[in-house]
Amino acid sequence: MKQNQVKTMLQVENLSVNYGDFQAIQGVSLVIPEGSIVSIIGSNGAGKSTLLNTIMGINKPREGSITFENQLISGMPTNKIVAAGVTMSPEGSHVFENMTVLDNLLMGSYLPHLRANKEKQLEKVFSLFPVLKEKSNQLSTFLSGGQRQMLALGRAIMTGPKLLLCDEISLGLAPVVIKDIYVKLKEINQEGITIVLVEQDVTRSLKNSDYSYVMLKGKIAMQGESSQLNQEEVTDAYFGMNQYA
Amino acid sequence: MLQSLVNGILLGGLYAIIGIGMSLVFGIMRLTNLAHGDLMILATYTTLTIVTSVTGNLWIAVAATILVMVALGFLIQNFLVNRVLDKGSEPALLVTFGVSIFISNFLLKVFGADNKIIQNSLASKNVISTEHLSISAMYLFSFLVGIAVILSLHYIMQKTYFGRSIRATSCDRMAAELNGVNTKRTFSYAMMVAMVTAAIAGVLVGSTFVFYPSSGTQYLIIAFGVVVIGGMGSLVGTLVGGIVLGVAQLMGGHIFGSAYQMLSGYIVLLLILAIRPNGLLSVGARK
Ligand SMILES: Nc1ncnc2c1ncn2[C@@H]1O[C@H](COP(=O)(O)OP(=O)(O)O)[C@@H](O)[C@H]1O
Ligand SMILES: [Mg+2]
Repeated sequence: MKQNQVKTMLQVENLSVNYGDFQAIQGVSLVIPEGSIVSIIGSNGAGKSTLLNTIMGINKPREGSITFENQLISGMPTNKIVAAGVTMSPEGSHVFENMTVLDNLLMGSYLPHLRANKEKQLEKVFSLFPVLKEKSNQLSTFLSGGQRQMLALGRAIMTGPKLLLCDEISLGLAPVVIKDIYVKLKEINQEGITIVLVEQDVTRSLKNSDYSYVMLKGKIAMQGESSQLNQEEVTDAYFGMNQYA
Repeated sequence: MLQSLVNGILLGGLYAIIGIGMSLVFGIMRLTNLAHGDLMILATYTTLTIVTSVTGNLWIAVAATILVMVALGFLIQNFLVNRVLDKGSEPALLVTFGVSIFISNFLLKVFGADNKIIQNSLASKNVISTEHLSISAMYLFSFLVGIAVILSLHYIMQKTYFGRSIRATSCDRMAAELNGVNTKRTFSYAMMVAMVTAAIAGVLVGSTFVFYPSSGTQYLIIAFGVVVIGGMGSLVGTLVGGIVLGVAQLMGGHIFGSAYQMLSGYIVLLLILAIRPNGLLSVGARK
């Protein structure tokens, strides 16, 4: 596949993250090539969110480094990492409940260099998710689960990212809604935004990504091109069968 | 009766601007600023000092006071409150308590315990003066300034990137950071805005009533009452809270005698709390 010819967008090397004494991530290394969709598959508690939060600077690494476009970002504050071009749709959407849909989206264009371009970005988001335009003056509290997820994605796109991290954007949504969101995710990727997809669903992850990593108990248990990986082997790695059987 | 009602409403505008800074700080960082009243009175003394010993022009003195208070707000937030805010709200609460004690003792040391007032041309004037009703120019002016400050803040909060970043930070700090907001800096900005309102409130109060180094406590209690009645963190609620408290005090004083003025204000406060524990116009339910 294209991984070989393209530039590395994000490189995580030997990353370890602790919560107190508890090692949530141990020695994780991974590479996200520019333009790709990379999925990180793992069961509940595998350390996926911790990994993404650490890339975003919300958690601090105990060990290891994170490099984005040849710039060391581990240790930088979250707002600087966002300004550099990495953004995240966090697990559980985290829309601003006290604000309208439009104000939520405008928060995405908060950084001064984004403000001049906000109308164009808004149009892009509204054409991806027309329902957000319909509801733009409603408080985000009144949105459905799927609409919230769209709003979180739309808000992330407003920040004009090069790399978009998606933490369980299908969590708790109906299958039709999930399908719709994944179609949009492909469109976002075709616009040139590199995507990291965190998922618990093996089939969906492999189907929608170029490359996959399987996480188990804070470590990478398996990796490979998504089209080459065998679903049963992935499932075994996911539950830790091949190592601890 | 009518006189008490009108004065209560006008006083409410002043109360609202006393409470607004406290409401703002609570709304964004869940911090009860126990130094709010003392910071107000510090502004009052600052204006008095500038107007008596630097320039005779009250407007210049007020502008200078606002600048001093904004700088002080930045220092307090940046070097004291932000340092402890990550450890929970109790340490930060204690910091504001310390600031409060420091300011009132500092004022006592420098200015002595005598009462003071900021002389001004409005204090002795009435805009309306009939047999049944007289309206003090100073009360009316305070009321109008209170409304103007609240409307300006409302506009800033709803329509500017700065205001949205404050609302976003108060709702979900992590998500605000994910949109590029430096939330610690936003806290400092919010404190600075609160100090602008405290400076204005301090000048209005000092031009209307006599004050002492210890007056801060009295205004902290009023700010607290306003914010609790109106609902923490709500701008419109602050105005409503101010007016409810002002009217309750003056009507109570009119009916039961002026000795019961303060008491009747706080009885109404307790009644409202019993019926609506989050205040009349609280910002929606928190997670
Ligand atoms: N804030 C936290 N404090 C302590 N432990 C945490 C915290 N967040 C996550 N953990 C623990 O770290 C591990 C990884 O969690 P997480 O990264 O959320 O996993 P995932 O996203 O794959 O479900 C889990 O065992 C979880 O209990
Ligand atoms: Mg997770």
